[in-house]
Formats: sequence, C-alpha cells, structure tokens
Amino acid sequence: MSAQNFDIAHMLAGGLVLVSFLLLYQDRMFALLNVFALHAVVLSASVAWQAYVQDARHLYVPAAIALVLKAIVIPVALRRVVIRLGIHRTIENVAGIGPTMLAGMGLVGLSMVVMLKATSPSVDPLAREDLAFALSVVLLGLLMMVSRRNAVSQIVGFMSLENGLILAASGAKGMPLVVEISIAFSILVAFIVIGVFLFRIRERFDSVDLQALDEFRGERR
Amino acid sequence: MSPLAFQLPFELPLEPVTAVLAIPLVSAAVLALLPWYWLAARLNVAAALATFLAALFLLMQRPDRTGYLFIDDLNVVFVVLGTFVGFTTSAFSASYIGHELEIGRLTPRYLRFYHAMYQMLMFAMNLALVSNNIGIMWVAVELATLTTVAMVGIYRTHEALEAAWKYFILGSVGIALALFGTILVYMAARPAVGEGQDAMVWTTLIANAAGFSPELLNVAFIFLMLGYGTKVGLAPLHAWLPDAHAEGPTPISAVLSGLLLNVALYAVLRFKMLLAANPAAISPGPLMVTMGLVSVVFAAFMLYRRRDIKRFFAYSSIEHMGIITFAFGMGGALANFAGLLHMTMHSLTKSAIFFAVGHIAQAKGTQRIAEIRGLTESRPILGWGLVLGVVAIAGLPPLGIFMSEFLIVTSTFARAPILAIVLVLGLLLALGALMLRLSEVAFGEPTGPNNPVHASYVPLYAHLALVLAAGIYLPGPLVAWFRSVARLLG
Repeated sequence: MSAQNFDIAHMLAGGLVLVSFLLLYQDRMFALLNVFALHAVVLSASVAWQAYVQDARHLYVPAAIALVLKAIVIPVALRRVVIRLGIHRTIENVAGIGPTMLAGMGLVGLSMVVMLKATSPSVDPLAREDLAFALSVVLLGLLMMVSRRNAVSQIVGFMSLENGLILAASGAKGMPLVVEISIAFSILVAFIVIGVFLFRIRERFDSVDLQALDEFRGERR
Repeated sequence: MSPLAFQLPFELPLEPVTAVLAIPLVSAAVLALLPWYWLAARLNVAAALATFLAALFLLMQRPDRTGYLFIDDLNVVFVVLGTFVGFTTSAFSASYIGHELEIGRLTPRYLRFYHAMYQMLMFAMNLALVSNNIGIMWVAVELATLTTVAMVGIYRTHEALEAAWKYFILGSVGIALALFGTILVYMAARPAVGEGQDAMVWTTLIANAAGFSPELLNVAFIFLMLGYGTKVGLAPLHAWLPDAHAEGPTPISAVLSGLLLNVALYAVLRFKMLLAANPAAISPGPLMVTMGLVSVVFAAFMLYRRRDIKRFFAYSSIEHMGIITFAFGMGGALANFAGLLHMTMHSLTKSAIFFAVGHIAQAKGTQRIAEIRGLTESRPILGWGLVLGVVAIAGLPPLGIFMSEFLIVTSTFARAPILAIVLVLGLLLALGALMLRLSEVAFGEPTGPNNPVHASYVPLYAHLALVLAAGIYLPGPLVAWFRSVARLLG
C-alpha cells in the first residue's frame, strides 16, 4: 500500500474520532443531529476509502448505507421527532464539558494502548491503527450514552457507537459481507424499535427525559 | 458421537436442523397475520411442540456440518432444553394470556404481535445455538434481544416502557461490545485461516486456534465476556434483568430466565473453548469465576430488599447464572458436568416458578410480596407448586439443584477452598432470603383478593416432576451424554 493511501485512511479514521469528540459536548438537539450527520459522512468516506484501497467492492454497500441512511434519513427523522416532542428549544445539561472531554481523552488513550499492544507490528499496520481508532469511537459512544439523560441523545450515542463498529469491520480485511449488511440492517431494526419507543414514550409522558422515567422505578412503588 | 445416537428406521421429510429453524420462522409469519387470538394461542403451542419434536430428532440424527449450521454434543443440549421450555411456556402462555385479555390489559391486536414475536424469539435462539458462523450467531443474539425488548414493553405502562428502554440500551451496548469482540476474533484468525468466510466459521476456528495471535484473542475475549455477559445478567452488568423480568408478561420472564440467559452463556462458552485451544492465550477461567462469584454474592444480598415477587425471582436468576458461570469458569470434567446439570435444572425450576408466580399475580391482582399471604390455603395447588419450586431453587435435597450445587461446591473445595467458602456463603444467604419470603407468601392467614384464574397446572408440575426425578435418579445415558459434553468443554 502506498504511503498516500495509508495517510488518507488514517486521516479519515482519525476524523471520525474527532467528530465523536464534537458529539460529546453538543447541548442543543439540532446541533447534535447535525454533528451526527457529519459523523456518518466521515464514516461513509472512511469505509469507501477502505473499499478502494482494499479493492473490496462489497464495502461500497455499507458506505452507501451510512451515507443515505445515517447521514440523511435518520437525522431528518429524528429532527421530526424532536420537533413533535417539542424539545428543540431545550438545552440539555451535559454533565460538565471539561470532565467529559477529559474522560474522552482518557478513553482514547486507553484504546490506543490496548489495541497497539494487542496487535503485533507484523499485523497489517492499517488494520492495526484502524482498530485502535474504532475502539476509541466505540468507547466515546459509550461515554456519550452514560453522560446523557435525554432519550434522543442516547440514541445518537448508540448510533455513533455502531459507526465505530462498522469502522472496525471495514478495516478487517476480507471480513464477510454477511456481517456488514447485518450490521446496517440491525441499525435499521434498532431504529424502528427506538421509533416505536419514542412514539410510545411521547404518548405516555410529556417528556422524553429519562430522569422522568426513573421516577417509575419498580423498587419505589 | 452422542451416546443416544442410533439410526432412524425411516426417512425424515425435513432435516431436523432445518426444522428447528423453519417451524418457528413460518409460524411467526402466520401468527402475525392470524386475527383470531384463541386460534393463535393454540397454533403457538403446536408450533412450539413441533419444534421440540424436531429438536429430539437432532439427538438421533446429526446433520452434516456446513459453513453455516452445525450440531455437536454441546449445542444439542441447549437446543433440546430450550425448545422444551419454549413448548411448556407456550402452553402456560395460552392460559395466562386469556386472563390478561379478559381483564383488558392486552388487546387482540397486541396479542397478534405477541405471538409472532414469541416464535421469532424461538427462531432467533435456535439460530444462535446451531449456527456455525460467529457472525450469524451474533446477529441471532441481537435479534433475540430485539424481540424480547418489544415484548417487555408490551403492556405500555410507565414501568414497562422504562424496563424495555433500559433493557434495550444495556442490551445494545452489550451486543455492540460482543460484535467488537467478534471482529477481533476474525482479525486474530485471519493470518492463520485466510481471508473471508472461513475465518468466521467456528469449527474452522477451533481447529486452527493454536495458531492465532494470542494477544488479540485475549482482548477479544474480554469484549465477548463483557458483551455476552451483559446478556447472561452477570453483575455488574445485570441492571436490565430485574426490570425486564418484572414488567413484561410473565411468560416472557420465564423464557428470559429459562432460555435467553442460557443462549448468551452458550456464546461465552464457545469463545472460552476457543481460548482454551490456544496455549499462549490467557486462561478464561479466572475472569468467569470472578464474575460468577460476584454475581452470586451480590444477588444473594439484593434478594433481601426486594418487594416485588417477580423482581425477587429475577435476582435469584442472577444468582444462579453466577453459579453456572462460576462452575464453567472452574472447568474440569466434574465442574463442567455440574455446571451443565445446574443450567438444565435452573431452566426447568425457574420457569416453573414463573408459571406459578404468573397465575398468583393474576389471582391477587398484585406483584407486591407484602400483599400476598397464605397462598397454600387460598390457592393450594399454586401455593404448593410455588413452595416446591422455591425449595428446589434454594438447593434443598432431594431436588435436582441440590445435586448440582453439591457437585459444584465439593469439586471447588478440592481445588480452591477459599472460593468454595465464598460460594457457600452466597448460597446460604440466598437460601435465607428465599425461605424468609416463602414463609411470608405461602403460609399464614390469607389476605387480599382471590380472583378466579384459568390456571394451567400441567407445565408447572411437569417441570417440577422432572427436577425431582433428576434429583433422585439421573438416567445412565443422560449422565454419559453430559460427561461427553463436559469433556468437550475442557
């Protein structure tokens, strides 16, 4: 692989980590959805580049799915949900931007250490660093899910986590297509389920704030 | 080769392994379209019975292994047990659902959805068990999660929605970690096996495991253990489990405890075998032992503070999954044998308990332990069924769980006495909590309402009879079979 190809792949994967950081501190719903769309675009570019570099045409499918579904359809749909729920003006309390960002940096450092140690240098260097980036994106997605209370932000956190998984799968050379399509498919299914949930939650509660849901913990009945 | 194997005198119309997948899938489609709920409930039972019979044929006739499906001594145990509990639960569900419809907690439209999802769940679990491809196994476990999420939230109350949401989020995170682990296993296998499909086929993986990169395999196992461990309900990843058990329809609690936790455990075991086949990789045992033991002790303490009867037994499930994980983590022929036996007995007993609890909650109109009193007087058949079930789950002789727990404890004492002491402490604590609550619920002056219910006692007592029979006498072929599986697990 030429040095240039490697550098571009590196840049795109690194870009995904960067956008994950951007996601961490968005406190307005629309901004959050826009950044998520950017996340999906970067992912799509990254996967498409992998497809080109590895000469693996089937990888263009997940790239296209990421572009169409995650960068356009889902953000638009979630936008509508946000408007219908009337939470587009609310500012979400993100638990301290400073500590969250520091925790995020710690997680990225952790994933670098773990993955670079676990993979011997004899492994294809692109795959190796891709894995480290992918793990960072996964962990940042997890961090976002635990630091948010709003259901829509948790969904976005979950989807950014799944983006990290697709990055990992596309970096693993020759990984069968079955798995990739199923990943994309499961996201769709997951979204339908979530959509149903949101609908119901909206129907039953005035807010999608999960703190309101916590009131109904069975233990306190 | 299974000791039960023999040649069938006739040709089967369908390969049994195809049948255990096709029957639930086709029934799910039919049930989704069928508008008559009474017919749907019967069809659900019939489909579950047919799947169970097909699974029995698997004992006698192994299909040829392909890149997608395979049957060996290990997964056939899970398939037979799973389809059996699936069948009895569908019979319980038929009577349970009838009552829910009468009191208006569910509408016929939701029931259609419920029955279709039930069969989808059966399909997903069987697929996870018989698939030979770790990617497909992952997809199947994810599918099983999604179907149960939909069913947990079916009552659409505040609590049910919160439980389903929590289950969905935690389950998805777990399943995402498991996928990352699966990708890592592929990466570890690729240099040794080559690119493409082969590097995800489990039988190929295990044959070549010695040549994999041990460091990658280690990291992969951590992710798989955390990911699938979330679905097993091991502490500290258990938070979804009590809510999902308490707020969903009771048949789903029975399937969750009796089946789904086992399927996730099966996935962990498969990867444990993979690690064991690589001499340079870490030994997976200590991690499993630790998580198992923490779950046992944690759940035992938590049992004392439960006020909701289904939540109470959900914590007991965490405890028992902890015991089973502990046993498999210890490894060796005896502990593995005991773990398998314990898993079988727990599935049967816990689903029996949920059958009883489901009807009790319907009769009393509440799940609060404080409002349920004197069951053995007001509803003797259900009450004594519950007493028997709790005595069994607490591990008292002569029932089956006593034997498996006894084997686990004695085999551990011989090898790691300190761990055994902690385990026994957990078991005794749990026993105390179970007896305390049982005496409140089952004996004394009956209080509260006593609504009529069309209870089905057959599934409940069939399970308890099996547990009792296993405690008194284990048939020779079964012992030989479990022994061969225990050897396979290493």
